[in-house]
Amino acid sequence: MQRSFFMRNPSVLIFIGLLALFTLLVTVFSEAFGVGVISTSLVKTLGKTLCLCLIAIAMDLVWGYCGILSLGHFAFFGLGGYMIGMWLMYERTKAIVVSSLAEAPLPPTADEIRDGIGTQIFGVVGGAEIPPIWFFADSLFAQLVLVVTIPGLLALIFGWLAFRSRVTGVYLSILTQAMTLALALYLFQNDSGLRGNNGLSGLQNLPGLDDVPQATISIWFLWASAFALGLGYLVAAWVVGGKFGSVVRGIRDDEARVRFLGYHVESYKLVVFTLTAIIAAIAGALYYPQAGIINPAEIAPIASIYLAVWVAIGGRGRLYGAVIGAAFVSLVSTWFTGGQAPDIPLGFYTIQWVDWWLVLLGLSFVLVTLLAPQGIGGLFDLFTNRKTPERGGADLGPDAGSLQEKEAEQ
Amino acid sequence: MTRTIFYGLGAALLWLMTATVSLAQSPIQDLLQTYEADLAKPSRKSIGTVIEGLIASGQPEIPELLTKWREKDVWQRKDDKLFFYGEKIDSKTYRLIDIATGEVVGELPKKELKQLKPNSGVRGVIATALVQFQLTDPDRATREAGLTAIERGPEASHLGALRASISPETDADLKARKVRLERLLTIPYDEDSATRVAAIESFSKDLGVDARAAINPLLTTTRKAAATLPENANIAAVLEPGDDLTRAEAYGLLVDAGLAPAQVPASAQKDALIANVENGQVAGVPVHQLDNDAARADAYAKLAAAGTVPPAVTETQIDEALAANVIFDVYAEPDNAVTDAAQEALKSIETRVFFNQMLDLGLDGLSLASIYFLAAIGLAITFGVMGVINMAHGEFIMMGAYTGYVVQQVIPDYTVSIIVAIPLAFAVTFAAGVAMERLVIRWLYNRPLETLLATFGISIALQQIAKNIFGTQARPLTSPGWLDGALVFNDVVSISYIRIAIFVLSLIFLCVLLFVLNKTRLGLETRAVTQNPRMAASMGINPDRVNMLTFGLGSGIAGIAGVAIGLYAKVTSELGADYIVQSFMTVVVGGVGNIWGTLLGATMIGFLQKGIEWLNPSNTLAAQTYMIIFIIIFIQFRPKGIIALKGRAAGD
Amino acid sequence: MMKTLLTATAMTAALTAAAQAEIKVGVLHSLSGTMAISETTLKDTVLMMIEEQNAKGGINGEMLVPVVVDPASDWPLFAEKARELISDQGVDVIFGCWTSVSRKSVLPVIEELNGLMFYPVQYEGEESSKNVFYTGAAPNQQAIPATDYYLEELGVEKFALLGTDYVYPRTTNKILEQYLKDKGIAEEDIFVNYTPFGHSDWSKIVADVVALGADGKKVGVISTINGDANIGFYKELAAAGVSADDIPVVAFSVGEEELSGLDTTNLVGHLAAWNYFQSAESETNDAFIESWKAFAGEERVTNDPMEATYIGFKMWAEAVEKAGTTDVDAVREAMYGLEVENLTGGTAVMLPNHHLAKPVLIGEILEDGQFDIISQTEEVPGDAWTDFLAESAVLKSDWKDLGCGMYNTDTESCVQIKSNY
Repeated sequence: MQRSFFMRNPSVLIFIGLLALFTLLVTVFSEAFGVGVISTSLVKTLGKTLCLCLIAIAMDLVWGYCGILSLGHFAFFGLGGYMIGMWLMYERTKAIVVSSLAEAPLPPTADEIRDGIGTQIFGVVGGAEIPPIWFFADSLFAQLVLVVTIPGLLALIFGWLAFRSRVTGVYLSILTQAMTLALALYLFQNDSGLRGNNGLSGLQNLPGLDDVPQATISIWFLWASAFALGLGYLVAAWVVGGKFGSVVRGIRDDEARVRFLGYHVESYKLVVFTLTAIIAAIAGALYYPQAGIINPAEIAPIASIYLAVWVAIGGRGRLYGAVIGAAFVSLVSTWFTGGQAPDIPLGFYTIQWVDWWLVLLGLSFVLVTLLAPQGIGGLFDLFTNRKTPERGGADLGPDAGSLQEKEAEQ
Repeated sequence: MTRTIFYGLGAALLWLMTATVSLAQSPIQDLLQTYEADLAKPSRKSIGTVIEGLIASGQPEIPELLTKWREKDVWQRKDDKLFFYGEKIDSKTYRLIDIATGEVVGELPKKELKQLKPNSGVRGVIATALVQFQLTDPDRATREAGLTAIERGPEASHLGALRASISPETDADLKARKVRLERLLTIPYDEDSATRVAAIESFSKDLGVDARAAINPLLTTTRKAAATLPENANIAAVLEPGDDLTRAEAYGLLVDAGLAPAQVPASAQKDALIANVENGQVAGVPVHQLDNDAARADAYAKLAAAGTVPPAVTETQIDEALAANVIFDVYAEPDNAVTDAAQEALKSIETRVFFNQMLDLGLDGLSLASIYFLAAIGLAITFGVMGVINMAHGEFIMMGAYTGYVVQQVIPDYTVSIIVAIPLAFAVTFAAGVAMERLVIRWLYNRPLETLLATFGISIALQQIAKNIFGTQARPLTSPGWLDGALVFNDVVSISYIRIAIFVLSLIFLCVLLFVLNKTRLGLETRAVTQNPRMAASMGINPDRVNMLTFGLGSGIAGIAGVAIGLYAKVTSELGADYIVQSFMTVVVGGVGNIWGTLLGATMIGFLQKGIEWLNPSNTLAAQTYMIIFIIIFIQFRPKGIIALKGRAAGD
Repeated sequence: MMKTLLTATAMTAALTAAAQAEIKVGVLHSLSGTMAISETTLKDTVLMMIEEQNAKGGINGEMLVPVVVDPASDWPLFAEKARELISDQGVDVIFGCWTSVSRKSVLPVIEELNGLMFYPVQYEGEESSKNVFYTGAAPNQQAIPATDYYLEELGVEKFALLGTDYVYPRTTNKILEQYLKDKGIAEEDIFVNYTPFGHSDWSKIVADVVALGADGKKVGVISTINGDANIGFYKELAAAGVSADDIPVVAFSVGEEELSGLDTTNLVGHLAAWNYFQSAESETNDAFIESWKAFAGEERVTNDPMEATYIGFKMWAEAVEKAGTTDVDAVREAMYGLEVENLTGGTAVMLPNHHLAKPVLIGEILEDGQFDIISQTEEVPGDAWTDFLAESAVLKSDWKDLGCGMYNTDTESCVQIKSNY
């Protein structure tokens, strides 16, 4: 029986509806377009959170559905940010340089403008030359194309190498972690041409829009992020919904069996890996203009591990779970480290959340893994009465995944 | 009460003494007063004349005064600016001693005194001046100090004194040092060319930095330009513009030598254009058209043609000037024979230095490999043998290091504390490992990816707890005195004892682990449980117990590694996180499930990193990047690592 | 879930806005992450100063309330927290940042919202923001005098510039390279090396530095190595037996705090250049050390960024008193020319370029981890734009009369009002 896409995936409609409502509410309460209850900094935080939700969806696709625990997706996220950041920085600096040179007695030559931009951008890191990788930086369109192609290509090449030689499981995780580490270390070098440890900064100021207040810009980005998140959710739901999705889930559950059924497992994995890398890159390109600065520390391995934490806490294998996890953990984290959470006096010792928040996060994470592998998303199963079969009891056979006592009795 | 009286008396006494002293000053005090300003605020550049003056006076107190001055023991009283030797009584009071008589003058609070603090440069000048009093001193330590001073700041005047002091020298070590130093000083300062050449040649197999430091200055050259090659100069090389140096550099030399007219740089051309703007035009060209280099050059040419500005130098003019003149390097050393000998000697030294550098690099690589091995060996058991991904492994290393720190707080003796710390660190991390295995990991044996995440959660919690307890500052973990310093083979090859200790420690670990895994009951059971837990269980092995002990063992070893790493680097809460990725790499590259594999992995990574560092010495970061990329590619070709388990042992 | 959280946050924001009867002081220092090692001390310093000020009855009768946030050594988080501090918490002033990148991250926010920040760390210069007062040293107040000391007093002819790979060492080394070349040091006599943050394997680099002495020139090391990487570096230096008389090392980022992490017996005689050492002899310093030890613990030490924080806080308090308000523009105007007693026995003056005039001290490391001050200059006015790079030499900063932080004296025009980030 052929049902429509939305009929098969009711959560998509609900999600998009909620997202639209959320965006509308924030807009209405914002400083720029509404009553001003929600401050600009909160709007920015919310906009950034939406981007994090988007990359969490990508992570869920690749891990929750395809079984590849990638500890390197923040590399793509960061690369996306870098690509858009190059244009933002170049154009903004160009405007400054042109306006300051306009007052000079002789009209500036093209070289003088380029030199001026070079000094402005690279002066702080002890250079003046514009490196060749900034070749396209003056074209928004070219950099937007690069946002998708550079991380996509990296994912394609890395994935092809890794899947071809059948690196799986934990090994693959460590390999992806090594990839981000290598990229982060590379970008940390000044010679990489992206301002080393300093990274690209001042990204919140859009070129040519000096007169538009940040309050307005932040709402624009919120809309863009919400739109991207909705679209990403739709795409992800579509990908996992069809036959392709069934194969992908099959790979997660038993790669060898799917291979023996005649599917080219490597291609499936490669498609998922590259697609999620591109989604991550788009999320990054929207995130960093809101954060204002991108630098190599952003793509350090720890960031990608946190990504896995979000998805695990939210509940993997369901798209809304990833979104909930990312939003919940990152917002709670902001709240705790912001110094707003009240201290807990124990008499002999006062728990200050700035100090203890990470301990709480780490331990709660262990507990979720141990006791509630379904994550927060698992709560929804209580409403929908979706239950996994009770598999309690001892193993009956020698191998993992074989029948267990209670199943055998049925 | 009595105290006040005592102080009062003291003050009165002091006043009396001051009065008497200022009445009748010793000749040395008078002499010092003439140099008062220079002594109070000494500078390396001006102090030479002061010291010469002091020595020339020939007063007997001078050597002692200079020595005390160098050791910052000379003080000046603020109110009358007189100089004294000072002795510390406590942090606030000093005892003053007269320079001439050696009598105690009195005790003064520090506030009324000013310490003479010669900086390191001035101290060097003083030491150099003291040499003449020291070389034949009966005290061996003084003679040695004199030699050290010559080594640091050799002067032509030292040569004679040194030669005279060689034959009376009784101490064999010092004599050898003096002989060597004499040859070193001969190279720059001797008059006779043949003696110098002989001295140079005697160093042609010497690896010492000082030997090269003596020979190298002979070969310094200056680059000059002239119409013809000078006759009597010691020419090093004649240079060809375009090959040996760029045309612009060559032309610049000609300009500097006054052999060619200066070029007009672009900025000066621009300034000239700006200066000649009239009615929005420069030489008839509208200003708004001057937005490219060609237009500007045209306008400048027009100005030059009108005679307002000097004409730009053309390419043909440059060519002609370069063809008409020669550019050459000339030695500062006029003696041809000396420079030739120096070149010859250096060439032979350089080859030796190169081989020794390689040797040193090899030692460095070995040391780095042993550090990686030490950090990874615990993982080789928990991850390699048991297949458990323990992201908190780095935090176990950190716990070990902090254990060492805490032990040092309790036991002040560094040697004893290290001996206590090692087993204690093992015990602490063993316990932590067992607790973690019981509470978390055993529930997740079938879910390796989730083990990774859960242990990561533990890792961030442990790191933050360490921060909360010990603060964020790095904590000192000091090695015992006998581990200070380095084993020096020569000036090129050396390795610090602490690194040797780490190397030895990792060797011991290797042996112990190989023994435990291959020769003991626990090892046998571990391997059995790892390969097939159910089969092992049916053979009467308790898999729970074995897993627990094995995991504890791996964690405990991480703790000991922590003590070692803390000794050589630093103890911070992030210590473990710095090593975790590298450790996993080491195990994966080496091949999981095999201690030898880990050893090979660590060796490969250590040597590789040092090799890349050697190729690109100014950027250590690049070395790490390329090494990781290499590992990623390496794993493509050998996904199971260097030593891949085969057959049933491979598990899956 | 998200909605409840949202309303909760909105409510806290509203609540804090209602209780605005005091002066709020924002503290923006990392309390976790790699920079916490240095920055927590400054947080404590600000808290101590606030406590002292409140004990004196606050400023203009209003009590000071600290608002401490933790940007966690995460640079984008600095921008986010700065925005939160200014627009949500409504703080009147921020004391914060350590690394240059964190400052560059905060700059656009603070300029957009017209906030006021005091930056207490020595830095690379080449910047002057309308909204930031730089109470740490500019290169001409630390790096240049130290290099002069090397050239003049120690007779160093060959330089090894070792640094951590980030902005401050990069820019400082660029300035120093040019300065040394101007002083007649050949390019091949300047060895530059950059290492990552937290680097621990120093054997190769130390060996390279020792090998520099092979051509008979006196070698000196100028270290801009940051944070805990120093510990490994000094340990290796000691192990290699490098004496300060043979190869001196002058550090710009190593103070009492960093030395408390290691045993200094083998490092005696190596140097550091700062505007303040704990061993400085003055009554204000004795009092400051005493109150710091009472506040933070007996074993704690004081260091240069703490002095910079001290001066910054005192100046701000005085400016608020003088202006009678905490309004940023009024306080800023009141700051210029303000004099505060510094801890080394002189006075610090706020210049119109938002930098201080401070003395430059060079100290030799002692066995107890303290410094013996062997050279102290008169107060040197801080220079926002260095005179030793051609493109910066023409620039100057004067917010009082010219109202511009990047004024080109050649073309006599303001290049830009906002700063470079």
